[in-house]
Amino acid sequence: MPGLTDHFVVLEVVLPLLAAPACVLIRNPRVTRLFSLGIVAACFAIAVALLIQVRGGGVISYHLGGWPPPLGIEYRVSTVNAYLLVLVTAMALVVMSFDSRGGPPRVSESRRHLYYAVFLLCVCGLLGITITGDAFNIFVFLEISSLSSYILVSLGGHRRAVMSAFHYLVMGTIGGVFFMLGVGLLYQATGTLNLREIAERLEPSLDDRGAVLALALLVVGISIKLAVFPLHHWLPNAYSFAPPKVSAFLAATATKVSFYLLATILFVIFGAPFVFGELRLHVVLMPLSILAMFLASGAAIFQTDLRRLLAYSSVAQVGYMTLGLSTANATGLAGGLVHLFNHAVMKGGLFLVVACLLHRVGAVHLDALAGVGRRMPVTCAALVIGGLSLIGVPGTVGFVSKWYLVSGVLERGWTAAAVLILLSSLLAVVYVGRVVEALYFRQPAEDHVRPGLREAPFAMLAPTWILIAAAIVFGLTTNWTYGVAAEAAGLLLQGGI
Amino acid sequence: MRRSRVREMPILRVIARALVPLILLFGLYVQFHGDFGPGGGFQAGVIFAAGLIVYALIFGREALQRVMPTILTERLMAAGVLLYGAVGVAAMFLGGEFLNYSALDPLTTGHYGQHLGIIVIELGVGIAVAATMMRVYYGFVNSRLASENGWAAGEGDAP
Repeated sequence: MPGLTDHFVVLEVVLPLLAAPACVLIRNPRVTRLFSLGIVAACFAIAVALLIQVRGGGVISYHLGGWPPPLGIEYRVSTVNAYLLVLVTAMALVVMSFDSRGGPPRVSESRRHLYYAVFLLCVCGLLGITITGDAFNIFVFLEISSLSSYILVSLGGHRRAVMSAFHYLVMGTIGGVFFMLGVGLLYQATGTLNLREIAERLEPSLDDRGAVLALALLVVGISIKLAVFPLHHWLPNAYSFAPPKVSAFLAATATKVSFYLLATILFVIFGAPFVFGELRLHVVLMPLSILAMFLASGAAIFQTDLRRLLAYSSVAQVGYMTLGLSTANATGLAGGLVHLFNHAVMKGGLFLVVACLLHRVGAVHLDALAGVGRRMPVTCAALVIGGLSLIGVPGTVGFVSKWYLVSGVLERGWTAAAVLILLSSLLAVVYVGRVVEALYFRQPAEDHVRPGLREAPFAMLAPTWILIAAAIVFGLTTNWTYGVAAEAAGLLLQGGI
Repeated sequence: MRRSRVREMPILRVIARALVPLILLFGLYVQFHGDFGPGGGFQAGVIFAAGLIVYALIFGREALQRVMPTILTERLMAAGVLLYGAVGVAAMFLGGEFLNYSALDPLTTGHYGQHLGIIVIELGVGIAVAATMMRVYYGFVNSRLASENGWAAGEGDAP
């Protein structure tokens, strides 16, 4: 008779899934807030327990409904996805505990429980994509997380939030359809939906048009969700018009889970020898990653709104991750994976700073922020540290990622790409510099002088600083983050999950 | 008003009065016969809700909302999902995996448990789908009311 700990794998998904309708029944805004905070904390604890259990090559397999794979749905946890589970639940916990008086401003008190329900569904979808070992189940959870994130984006106070949520919906649905078609072709070719079973039965070759088409559909579909460079157009609007709390959560988790999905499909299902040896996908992926680093960072330089600036910087950071992926060697892939965590910590922290500034200043145009650094020193210091981490200054997580990425790229023999990574950091210096200049060195314009401007409340500052502190701590000690990422990269390269 | 004339058509009213109970009954049949023949919770929920929506179209939204207020549809949506999930959790407490219906009946060989489990989760699906259909209908009707201010204020009765 299995004990409670044997059910951890499924509880990780079931808890938020059932807590969401429970929120709808509870209705009381204060109770639902505490309730969902408790659920997210429980998920985080479970994720940590799972990661500890599978460290060092362990695997936990859970058969839903008692049906063994390949017939039934299998949930499968290894170091690769346990790492992602910890990341998603940790970010959900921090964002949930960030108190901007409950929900986003547009949501009235009487509907706030629905906001928490949708948030929990989003968490559930992201965890589900990560944990499941069944291709169709991935699609279902992809839709759960996508639909709920469209709703979350549309809650931003601005009228254009609804429009950008709709844009996100159209692009996300196209991505979902591509993914579904790819899964359909894989099912046709192998007769199973279990990921490991597909990987075993599929013998991809360039002559096998079905397999190549399936790979193309899957990669394009996920690239839309991941916002890989030419497919990123939904992202800047979605992140800049969503409530900043939501942007913090989505920027820190949604693209990361998509990255995991892409890595699983390339390395586990199709296998590195086919994708990078025969098909030479890196010929496309590497230039696109470098273009993302330069063009998106370039676009970030010209933004006048802090949120848009950070959103464009996210597109550039996705470029670093996919560059790590395209090296297809242990160091580069581990660099990409460790950047998942590192970017989540710093970008999540930065978007929470935006939420603090928005709460006190009321706007995050660079003009409105002129001189705010002197009035809100603690908040703005967080912004500066997060910004330094985006640049990749030693002592921050950004440096760790870039170090391993550059090593991986050099190992692969792409010297030019390594130089370009370093050059693109200079662009980050420019866009972060513009923010710092506005905060500390500019005098506030006549119509932006705010005499009563104070520091953000503690309930908002504490979660923000937890993330910013993590950006320093994990920049100094890399055993924990890089250790797990390296183990995960090793597993992926062997094709095992 | 064309709309109100539709409501006063005796043929429509008589036939609707006769058909609505049959539609609801058929919905229940599809619901509970789902594990022996074609059907199941999703189809049944849609049929059941369609019956109630037909009633609302002919006899007025208020008539339906007296029985099925908006808030109740929202609660039922959540309750249906929870009922489904509760079966899974119950199986977990009875010693099986999540959603392992065989665990619901530990005494016999397990077929009875499978049968019981599928009936209850399909009931959850049916409740959730029917409530969602009605909530969507209310959503459309209310947004029309809001957009056509003059009409809503003048005529009072909703379609």
